[in-house]
Amino acid sequence: MTAEGTGIVLDVTGLTKQFGGLTAVDSVDFRVQERQICSLIGPNGAGKTTLFNMVAGQYEPTSGDVVFDGRSLRGLRPHDITARGIGRTFQNIRLFTNETLLENVLVGMHSRLRSSPFAALLRLPSQRREEAEAHARAMDLLKLVRLDRFADESAGNLPYGMQRRLEMARALASQPKLLLLDEPTAGMNPQETLAMTTLIRKVRDDFGVAVLLIEHDMQVVMDLSERVTVLNYGQKIAEGTPREVQRNDQVIEAYLGRRHKRPEDEVAGAHA
Amino acid sequence: MSQTLAPAMPTASRQPNYGMLARNLFIAVVLAYPFLDLAFGWQALLAFIPMMLMITLAMGLNIVVGYAGLLDLGYAAFYAIGAYASAFFTSPVSPLNRILPDSPFFWMQDFWVAMLLAVLVAGASGALLGAPTLRLRGDYLALVTLGFGEIVPRLVKNLEPWTKGVKGMNPIGRPYLFDCTFGVDPCTIFGTQYKLGMIPYYYVTLAIGALSIFLIIRLRDSRLGRAWAAIRDDEIAAQAMGVNPVTTKLWAFALGASFSGATGAIFGAYLQTISPDQFEYSTSVIVLCMVILGGTGNVWGVMFGGLLIQSFDRIFAERLTGWVHKFGAATGVPAVATLLNNFDLIRSRLFIFGLCLVLLMALRPQGLLPARKRRETALIDETEEEANARLDAAVAPAGGPR
Repeated sequence: MTAEGTGIVLDVTGLTKQFGGLTAVDSVDFRVQERQICSLIGPNGAGKTTLFNMVAGQYEPTSGDVVFDGRSLRGLRPHDITARGIGRTFQNIRLFTNETLLENVLVGMHSRLRSSPFAALLRLPSQRREEAEAHARAMDLLKLVRLDRFADESAGNLPYGMQRRLEMARALASQPKLLLLDEPTAGMNPQETLAMTTLIRKVRDDFGVAVLLIEHDMQVVMDLSERVTVLNYGQKIAEGTPREVQRNDQVIEAYLGRRHKRPEDEVAGAHA
Repeated sequence: MSQTLAPAMPTASRQPNYGMLARNLFIAVVLAYPFLDLAFGWQALLAFIPMMLMITLAMGLNIVVGYAGLLDLGYAAFYAIGAYASAFFTSPVSPLNRILPDSPFFWMQDFWVAMLLAVLVAGASGALLGAPTLRLRGDYLALVTLGFGEIVPRLVKNLEPWTKGVKGMNPIGRPYLFDCTFGVDPCTIFGTQYKLGMIPYYYVTLAIGALSIFLIIRLRDSRLGRAWAAIRDDEIAAQAMGVNPVTTKLWAFALGASFSGATGAIFGAYLQTISPDQFEYSTSVIVLCMVILGGTGNVWGVMFGGLLIQSFDRIFAERLTGWVHKFGAATGVPAVATLLNNFDLIRSRLFIFGLCLVLLMALRPQGLLPARKRRETALIDETEEEANARLDAAVAPAGGPR
């Protein structure tokens, strides 16, 4: 069941984004394989979220390409990309706070439902069947994230940790092949973080999705990911297994700063 | 807070359900109203017909403003388009009347067909207005719709060959049922002739209003309705969930406008004359106020808000003034009589209306019956603990995979 797929789900090549004079993401390449959990790490402002937003279609890349499932996503709008099979969560949670949990998840299914407004006006049998199935599936997803008890509550009333899990259920509702999670454990206590890590792994195993996550909690990154890509100032500075990345000098430098140099190095540097 | 609500639920089956009772009573009164009106001599039937039309308009606007969150200040334009479209097909003064009767399309002069065409025309113009506003948000969108609301009456005034300009169109085709044309013929029911006057209009308006509510609720609970709510709450998140903002907003404009098409057609037929000044900015504003007063996004709230504003505007302002004047005369003191004679709610109705709006926005900005009563706090304090307990349970079988 967990046979590692060899297909490449996401292939990012030479992806660049410039905001005016600032190059937020500078020709980054990386790949995500089927059913793989990948992490995107880097200091604040390294361009991780910008990269996410390009993959999800929120931003138009300045150059480069994103190939998903063998087809380029170039020029597609966010909702088309969701329909293709990329689901996402947001760094600062963006739930529909006035809607119930159930409605939130149902909106997540939007691209998988077909009924036209006319079918809804006439309440055709096909539309009723589709709605019933959608409701059942939404409840299953709420059960998965253990929020089914609050199905009819407004999402805005949920405490923070639950909101993150609801966002995850909502993203899964679109039946993605690739799940983009932007800091899924941000602001969580260790207990909640552990539960989220477990959930992410379970989702990968049960739904067979590939997961690309941005994360600052190194424990989570090392624990969860099979592959790590490190960005700094918009450039990819390292890539590999968590262990490889942990030992990479450039990565250590990016996070902790340059190692203290001997005086002769300083002099040599000054002459150059 | 929630304690006042909670115990009501289990006892509801034993005690009479007052909510149900009130609703059924309301429906019964509405259904029997024309006869009550005749029996008691209230003479308010003619106020109720435009009142129900306005409420139906507010229902349509509620799709755009309440469900999709798109502020529309020019909704009366669609009302005008509906009324003029219907008049265009059915009125003898319409240029179409010269060619239509002898053409294969003579059936378009039928009132009900014309009303359906008016629905389609209004819906299409809704989409047409929607198209250029798709990139706009909030204030900017409101300004463009305001512009559209100004353009349509002006177009109507200036396209004289088609619309008869400021003179307006008169007469207009009347609705009919079986052999009875509304408002003219005495109707034969089971062999007896009855002079029904405006009563048929009342029922047709009521039927269209009820049908609108029925359909709007279906829309609200559908895939499209959820997409509207999503776009309204957070457009970026909605897009990320696969909601196409362009088509979703266009549907809102088109469907919202199409309800005003039917309303406009009935309105024209009822008054038998339509002119551009009936569709000015103030109409848009009143309808918008009905939506906001009652509770944006809630069908019943909008209905309630509409009833309140319209019944004040069309019935109570006038009656109250009359009663006060009579009271003044009855006192027999000339000074009091003159003083009270100056009391005029009709003249100051816009003032009162404005004052009420200001008070409402200050005290209850969500409207009288807001869309969703949110349960507050208690849940959250309690469940933070529970959540952690559950999370412990979630962590327990963690060792499994990997």
